[in-house]
Amino acid sequence: MTGEIAPKPPLRRYHAARWDEPLLFELSQPGQRGILPPALEPGLAADAADELPAALRRERPAALPELAQNAVLRHYLRLSQENLGADLNIDIGQGTCTMKYSPKVNDRLVAGHKLAALHPRQDDETAQGVLEILWRLERMLAEISGMDRVSLQPGAGSAAIWTNVAMIRAYHESRGEGHRDQVITTIFSHPSNAACAKTAGYEVITLYPDADGYPDLDALKAAVSDRTAALLITNPEDTGIFNPRIAEFVEAVHAVGGLACYDQANANGVLGITRARDAGFDLCHFNLHKTFSTPHACGGPAAGACGVSAELVPFLPRPTVEFDGERYFLDDDRPESVGKVRPFTGVAPNLVRAYSWIASLGAEGLREVAEIAVLNNNYLMTQMLKIRGISAPYAKGRRRIEQVRYSWEELAEETGVHSEDLGHRAADYGVHYWTSHHPYVVPEPATLEPTESYSKRDLDEYVAIMNAVAEEAYADPETVRTAPHRSSVHLNKEETLDDAGAWAVTWRAYRRKNAER
Amino acid sequence: MEHPYIPNAVPEVKASMLAATGAADIEEFYADIPESLRLRRPLDLPPPLRGEAELVRHVGGLLDRNTSTRDALSFLGGGCYAHHVPAVCDEVNSRSEFLTAYAGEPYEDHGRFQALWEYQSLMGELLEMDVVNVPVYDGFQATATALRMAARITGRGRVALATPIDPDLRSKLDDYLKGAVTLGGPVDGDDLAAVYIGYPTFLGVVDPRIPSHVEAAHAAGGLAVVGCDPIGLGVLAPPSSFGADIVCGDIQSLGMHPQYGGGHAGFIATRDEERFVEEFPSRLFGLVPTTVDGEYGFGDVAYERTSFARREQGKEWVGTAAALWGITAGVYLALMGPTGMRELGEGLMARCRHLKDLLAGIDGIEIPDAGLPHLKEFVVTFTGRTVAEVNAALRERGIFGGHDLSEDFPHLGRSALYCVTELHTKADLDRLAAELKEVLA
Repeated sequence: MTGEIAPKPPLRRYHAARWDEPLLFELSQPGQRGILPPALEPGLAADAADELPAALRRERPAALPELAQNAVLRHYLRLSQENLGADLNIDIGQGTCTMKYSPKVNDRLVAGHKLAALHPRQDDETAQGVLEILWRLERMLAEISGMDRVSLQPGAGSAAIWTNVAMIRAYHESRGEGHRDQVITTIFSHPSNAACAKTAGYEVITLYPDADGYPDLDALKAAVSDRTAALLITNPEDTGIFNPRIAEFVEAVHAVGGLACYDQANANGVLGITRARDAGFDLCHFNLHKTFSTPHACGGPAAGACGVSAELVPFLPRPTVEFDGERYFLDDDRPESVGKVRPFTGVAPNLVRAYSWIASLGAEGLREVAEIAVLNNNYLMTQMLKIRGISAPYAKGRRRIEQVRYSWEELAEETGVHSEDLGHRAADYGVHYWTSHHPYVVPEPATLEPTESYSKRDLDEYVAIMNAVAEEAYADPETVRTAPHRSSVHLNKEETLDDAGAWAVTWRAYRRKNAER
Repeated sequence: MEHPYIPNAVPEVKASMLAATGAADIEEFYADIPESLRLRRPLDLPPPLRGEAELVRHVGGLLDRNTSTRDALSFLGGGCYAHHVPAVCDEVNSRSEFLTAYAGEPYEDHGRFQALWEYQSLMGELLEMDVVNVPVYDGFQATATALRMAARITGRGRVALATPIDPDLRSKLDDYLKGAVTLGGPVDGDDLAAVYIGYPTFLGVVDPRIPSHVEAAHAAGGLAVVGCDPIGLGVLAPPSSFGADIVCGDIQSLGMHPQYGGGHAGFIATRDEERFVEEFPSRLFGLVPTTVDGEYGFGDVAYERTSFARREQGKEWVGTAAALWGITAGVYLALMGPTGMRELGEGLMARCRHLKDLLAGIDGIEIPDAGLPHLKEFVVTFTGRTVAEVNAALRERGIFGGHDLSEDFPHLGRSALYCVTELHTKADLDRLAAELKEVLA
């Protein structure tokens, strides 16, 4: 028997959990119970629901599955094992999303009843602790951005973009300039900048990069007019390239009476290095789940923060958190406010986590975060560019800030293997990899962002995985194209996802559409 | 500075990485940032608490100054609810694999896709509707988007409000719908995109006239958008049974702690018709076959609708919202099952009835809608004292009284919205009544 089992190869022999877990509905056993609601005590009317008029009384029980408690737990724990969280992998493949370490202590801090069981309609006197944290966090973010006030109410980054657009609209209307009906953004800014502006009624003008990868300043100057409400722009953009003429962009917009709004989704590399207000921006936003470490939670809950200059303060969502020297309180009396963008005062547990993260690092620590994130990124780029078939378009030979948008164009031309296929194959090694937002202006894109959280050893391992996958694309493209092979499941057959007659968003729809087959 | 969150801060590591990049120092990476934009001073922030124990002492100490609904006996509701959270819900949503994942593909994140598709499916059974989205931020966002969807589907621009709504929701709608949808007016007319109906209403009433509002909207060629708290649907008829076209609301009640407003997530549900589905801005996960017979895979249904795919050409916008709360609500519904949801609904109505009866018998209190059914909330009117006075007195006795409605609903007089949950014992309700009797005496 000796010699038949190969030795451990240099890369991890990762294999995702493959539980072949049935759907919850297939596990149902009528009669089983997962949890019992509190029993009705004597003296409480068991028939109170009979007050309901017949048309509003549920006739047949909901067709929910029936499972014992450990069956529910086991099902979801198996699904959790079939999911690759940031805690378990070198999560640098979701560039622009700043997948940094979310400290466990912050999760513990918000799990206790002093926050978890706090009701948002409680009297301010009974919520002084959380209000003080919100007040302090606002001041920290104001200092980091240079802005005068910061709203912590938006639920995440796109909601923060929406909030900024709403404030821009209210600002112009308050000055009798509601005729401004255009918003300018760039193709390498997050799609929500364009989409939120459109939803608010603006015509969207999108600037494309010049030969160096910077948004085209001449194109901006040609686009601005008395119809310009605002510029929504990211810097560094999703390419990782910092736009050195950003102040000129801001000036060009100000010159026609527009506002400049900074999407700081990519702020991690510039903490303590440069600030939104110092470049002349009127508004900005942070994603607290990115730069400020709150966990990404499979896609939220997250938290957003909108910073504004003094001129925009009256339009901030209400309530604001105020301090009169003795007590903290919510101020709802803000007549020019855009109003509520979300219930209550924001995603409080994530605001506490973000506060705790900043408190742990302080000024010197935040600067170290930025510097190491940028060092990690440039180190990673140096190593990635040694891989066959990859390039970093634009600004050749220049450094990058927080992430890099790479291109596998050469590899695709030479092998027929696409960026997306490489990602599927990378999953076989226990890492995640993302292409980029649509449209693919950079052909065959990939966006990596190592943040400050990963060690040199981690980065070297990621590069070794990507190198192995790229080499395999040349040597054995079929294996890459048919990946994943060691994942929980295999390649989807996706045709039904765009077919109204066959798509299945729920179990009931699936059964209905497949009953006749 | 060697901080536990920054592994490569070790000087030797830093030096070797710099050498690999060929850079002399880290400043070189910032060469593109003009000097005029550089911050040449340290940020003005409090000194760091680098040790975990010091951090816990500080942050934990601040939080300890709060009085939670565990410390007091609370009757607060109005959109956020302190229902029981099953231990399994917290167990699942604090798993690293779910808590720290983000936007993986259907392969490395198969579990997230299946759990969210199952959430959609469980909500689909509760609502008896075939399409439910991956959660949006909260019930406000769900409502705002549902109304914009109704306007796009009908090509009309006005939504009538058939029931009293949360003034904060109204504030959200006023701004979010500006330029796209106007609010108000009769449930009639050829400009009617939809009627919006709260079920129960913000004031807690399960209004028997709801089906007639739905009929009126349909008669005018509009849609019926019903906002509901799904916690009641074990006893309340699913809105689809009386003709609702779009159902929306918040799922915070289904397994999320109140978290000072951090537990919210929004759902939108429709029939499985292309004209509805194509108007969702949100992710919709779908079940698909894979290359291996018998295997279930999951992917995005009609992705080209979204702003992820088409920027401003997509429907509204989509981003990171509240997926983990969707997974949690799925766990909650899986635990509760049909019997649990029915028993819970009956228990809420029984406690609500008991408290209504108790309070109605107290001098100085009137229950304006006493004759109508309530699920878990109802209006209490004080004929003498102000709500602020009553609540201050109750607070001294360790009770959080109902949310003050006096300013927002002046026609109700000195009124408060009282909320019960299944966690209130009969003794809790009796205690509130006894204390109120003393306070009002």
